[in-house]
Amino acid sequence: MGANEPGLIGQSVLRKEDARFLTGTGQFTDDITLPRQTYAFFLRSPHAHARLRGVDSAKAQAAPGVLGVYTGADLTGVNGLPCGWLITGTDGKPMNEPPHPVLAQGKVRYVGDPVAVVVAESLVQAKDAAELIDVDYDVLPAVVNVVDALKPGAPQVHDEAPGNRCYTWALGDKSAVDAAFARAAHVTKIDIVNNRLIPNAIEPRAANASHNAADDAYTLYVTSQNPHVERLLMTAFVLGLPEHKVRVIAPDVGGGFGSKIYLYPEETALVWASKHVHRPIKWVAERSESFLADAHGRDHVTHAELALDKNGKFLALRVQTTANMGAYLSTFASCIPTILYATLLAGQYTTPAIFCEVTAVFTNTAPVDAYRGAGRPEATYVVERIVHQAAVETGIAQDELRRRNFIRTFPYQTPVALNYDIGDYDACLDEAMRMADVKGFTARKAEAAKRGKLRGLGYASYIEACGLAPSNIAGALGARAGLFEAGEVRVHPTGSVSVFTGSHSHGQGHETTFAQVVAARLGIPLANVDIVHGDTGRVPFGMGTYGSRSLSVGGTAIVKALDKIVAKGRKIAAHLLEAAESDIEFSDGKFSVAGTDRSKTFGEIALTAYVPHNYPLGTLEPGLDETAFYDPTNFTFPAGTHICEVEIDPDTGVVRVERFSACDDFGNIINPMIVEGQVHGGVAQGIGQALMESCVYDRDSGQLLTGSMMDYAMPRADDLPSFQVSTKVTPCTHNPLGAKGCGEAGAIGAPAALMNAVMDAFAARGIVHFDMPASPHRVWSALRAAQPN
Amino acid sequence: MYGFELHQAKSIADATALLGKTGGKALAGGQSLVAAMKLRLAQPGHVVDLAGITELAGIRSEGSALTIGAMTRHADVAASAAVKSTIPALASLAEGIGDRQVRNMGTLGGSLANNDPAADWPAAVVALDATIVTSKRSIGADAFFRGMYETALAPDELITAVRFPVPQKAAYAKFRNPASRFALVGVFVARTANGVRVAVTGAGPAVFRSKPLEDALGRAFTADAARAVELPAAGLNNDLHGSADYRAHLISVMAARAVAAT
Amino acid sequence: MSATLSLTVNGKAVSASVDPRTLLVEFLRDQMGLTGVHVGCDTAQCGACTVHLDGRAIKACNVLALQAAGASVLTIEGLTNGDGALHRMQAAFRECHALQCGFCTPGMVMSALDLCARHPHADEATIRAQLDGNICRCTGYHNIVKAVKQGAAAMGEGEVRHGGE
Repeated sequence: MGANEPGLIGQSVLRKEDARFLTGTGQFTDDITLPRQTYAFFLRSPHAHARLRGVDSAKAQAAPGVLGVYTGADLTGVNGLPCGWLITGTDGKPMNEPPHPVLAQGKVRYVGDPVAVVVAESLVQAKDAAELIDVDYDVLPAVVNVVDALKPGAPQVHDEAPGNRCYTWALGDKSAVDAAFARAAHVTKIDIVNNRLIPNAIEPRAANASHNAADDAYTLYVTSQNPHVERLLMTAFVLGLPEHKVRVIAPDVGGGFGSKIYLYPEETALVWASKHVHRPIKWVAERSESFLADAHGRDHVTHAELALDKNGKFLALRVQTTANMGAYLSTFASCIPTILYATLLAGQYTTPAIFCEVTAVFTNTAPVDAYRGAGRPEATYVVERIVHQAAVETGIAQDELRRRNFIRTFPYQTPVALNYDIGDYDACLDEAMRMADVKGFTARKAEAAKRGKLRGLGYASYIEACGLAPSNIAGALGARAGLFEAGEVRVHPTGSVSVFTGSHSHGQGHETTFAQVVAARLGIPLANVDIVHGDTGRVPFGMGTYGSRSLSVGGTAIVKALDKIVAKGRKIAAHLLEAAESDIEFSDGKFSVAGTDRSKTFGEIALTAYVPHNYPLGTLEPGLDETAFYDPTNFTFPAGTHICEVEIDPDTGVVRVERFSACDDFGNIINPMIVEGQVHGGVAQGIGQALMESCVYDRDSGQLLTGSMMDYAMPRADDLPSFQVSTKVTPCTHNPLGAKGCGEAGAIGAPAALMNAVMDAFAARGIVHFDMPASPHRVWSALRAAQPN
Repeated sequence: MYGFELHQAKSIADATALLGKTGGKALAGGQSLVAAMKLRLAQPGHVVDLAGITELAGIRSEGSALTIGAMTRHADVAASAAVKSTIPALASLAEGIGDRQVRNMGTLGGSLANNDPAADWPAAVVALDATIVTSKRSIGADAFFRGMYETALAPDELITAVRFPVPQKAAYAKFRNPASRFALVGVFVARTANGVRVAVTGAGPAVFRSKPLEDALGRAFTADAARAVELPAAGLNNDLHGSADYRAHLISVMAARAVAAT
Repeated sequence: MSATLSLTVNGKAVSASVDPRTLLVEFLRDQMGLTGVHVGCDTAQCGACTVHLDGRAIKACNVLALQAAGASVLTIEGLTNGDGALHRMQAAFRECHALQCGFCTPGMVMSALDLCARHPHADEATIRAQLDGNICRCTGYHNIVKAVKQGAAAMGEGEVRHGGE
């Protein structure tokens, strides 16, 4: 990877960013209060579906401290929020893309749909005034789940989407799959639900927008994972503002998990309103608003069938999925259950024929979009649940059935469009089984049985496609944006370095990992490198952080910029050392003439670049500041095996995770401590989904029943065990860092591993069908239904 | 939160006079009241803060009874040597209320006056047949709890202390709601010279005694005896986290675990 | 309507005029500028707002500012001496990588100190049980548990009993 200070790479360097968070001096959006600050409160629909007969805000306008009250009707010239990915259906037509107004127009379509925004001197005044707005709702029947939404006569969420269909899309060779099923020795079938989740980053979404009349420019502080994309979408598609007149700053951001990727109505309304009230406007979501109006995740209903030959080789996989889009298409909603889902259905296996059909459906619920893993956890859940069931049905051991079907020759072209560059699936499975002490499981199960408890062991051998993405491929698949990344390395005259990256860190530790990459390459102390991110006014451009892309794409852009820095440094050194450029070597922070002891330090070269007294000015510009844009040539393919052991108390239905072992291959690792932390967090979210988290809307009223942490179960310290994690390395073949990405793996592998463990424990009671979450009440009910006494 | 006027009461008499005059709400630790006011679910015009009334806090052991002042924080009950040595079940109940931060603020009196259907203290008060001492009178446990968020307290009446008779044996077992961590079902079992009392919280609209469990445990005070009792689901809470059937089942299971812990 | 609030914040005597409906967290953030005290929920579940009130961890989002009258409040900002050196518990969090996004961290550290004061030799199960008032969405708690153990050991017997103050 060209590191000149290999000591820094692969080291668990403590994080540069920690001090400010530990001392309470981080700067989150809500911590920023501007001169003449005002505050916004959004009035939201209490109904899941209603016609807006009228909104009378006269009393609110006149309330104390109120500076403005705006409704959908006031936002003239403002377009709807765009969807960034056009899916073309099996009928050859583009998806149905109904308008997504910033503030409700004509109708409200989910509980929490913003109807009006009140701007006042204080938040209390804004809230008090909002209670004075008189909204005349004509309440309509609502539909919240995909099965109901597709029934004839179901309430219609949008006129533009007949039958509530957004699209029906398919991938794979249907006739090859049908033929393979016709000759199968065994067919395994499952019906599964991937439960809907609410992301719940602990920092709620927030924004602070201001307009400067002097230059007619805006500044927006916002909890965003990708400020440049936010600005591009907001200016070019929604508000019609010149892009260069809007600066978007995402300061310290308290977790994202996908939920802060999107362009939301709230910050858009704030930017618009800031020019009308001539004051900065701050909005911070209350947690109840996060529940109602952050983009949710998952929410699939799937039927899958796996065909096997008599030796347990997979012949074909057939999958039919219905995905909930919610009431409107969020920024990347349409590509999650398609491009990021169906393409992963080969998993780690050589299944030669795969066909997947996906129908995306509108309902009267909050918009659904990417949540940690985004499509890939859903795919892994389908593949690994059905492989588990196939092993049970064929009597082949779980690990053995997987091994019989592992891909072992790379590159490998799957039947669902992806080309895996490299991997070693046996290595991760072996190591996970060792950590999980699979050999001792039978004894532990017998011991548990003596105590009246049920034990189960579950495997998930997952794969993900990360490092989004080659722009040309994404474009061909419907992406309306590029998916490259930008990096700028600015060497200062004294040799210290500022790096500007289009990636955004909201917990991932870029300020440390990226600095390790830079310091190692330039041979300078880590303390001399600072990473700057999250500001369109400072960073050249950026596509942001999601899909575990930061190191493999954002990091590579920095490496490319470093290449340019070193190349220019060699030219300067050649001049100073009066040697041929081809004779200059760079290592350990020194440019030397090969085979001599003559050299110049990196600092000397930097100073020369900015004080060019003895400098080849005729052929070389002064300064040492390089920018690179990197567009990946392929996805990266992190993969691994997670093994979960659970114990169920049949008296209460409580499922305890007794052991969780994860062995992952993320390619080369820069900072193992940070990587392990990412796995821990991902696994915790995956266990959360499988064990306790579930977003529930009332089927009739469309009210959100899990609207607070009092009803939506969030994993706490005593819900989880300590984890056993390790890694195997097959370096990614197509980026210079050899990195694949590690942010989502835990959330991808864990749900299937845990649920397979539950199914294994349930086998003794004859239960073959059970959906997430394995919460006590649901587990107890399943056990009781299986054995009435 | 809506606006209100806050009064700092100096004495019990001062507090009851202020409550009478203003029609306001008494503020103990505030862990339920402030939360409700914040969400604009409660909107008292006046709030009377009891924190300054030092005589309301404290724990006194009197041989056959343990008296706990109304403003005693859960954390102080949990840590009290006097409680641990006389009725350890109360210490462990207090240690299981809410979370660490809630226990550091919340009070016994506040919890009883609020009478949340999933609160822990009412189960102890009823099972131990405790006496609630107020600014006006003494009220027996069975008469105090009237229904969901309803008690026998008059608007200007304050709980000053609770007198718990020391049982022969007692224990509390709670099954937590996985989200809120409140009791989905909590069962307090007590054996005294006068017989066995079993109080259940979380499962119904308010705390209640389970006659079938009391009868069974009166015959044999064993976990198996409790576990064998099949309770009807009728009238029990039915929500996202537990059907009435599940709660009925859990009452027996938790009663058995409580007995096993005595 | 406003009242005068006098209390000690991070060792300094403070007097301010507050509306009675001001929560302690609002007073600390908006009037004292102590923005290390965070708000992560509205139902007193997440614990991001945890501060010490007279040496005990409480949720500042669920307490009126006036309930702290006459009391001593310690926030994350008051843990360091101002010389840049981290408190032992803060250092343990850093060394164990017990924070990612950093939003829950101030509350988690303040809770950890209260936990250690009451359970100076807590094992893993006790630490996990006693952290139930703080939610972290990033770390999966694995490294937080490690950090609390390490921080308690580093602080030593005498120091933990005083909650690090």
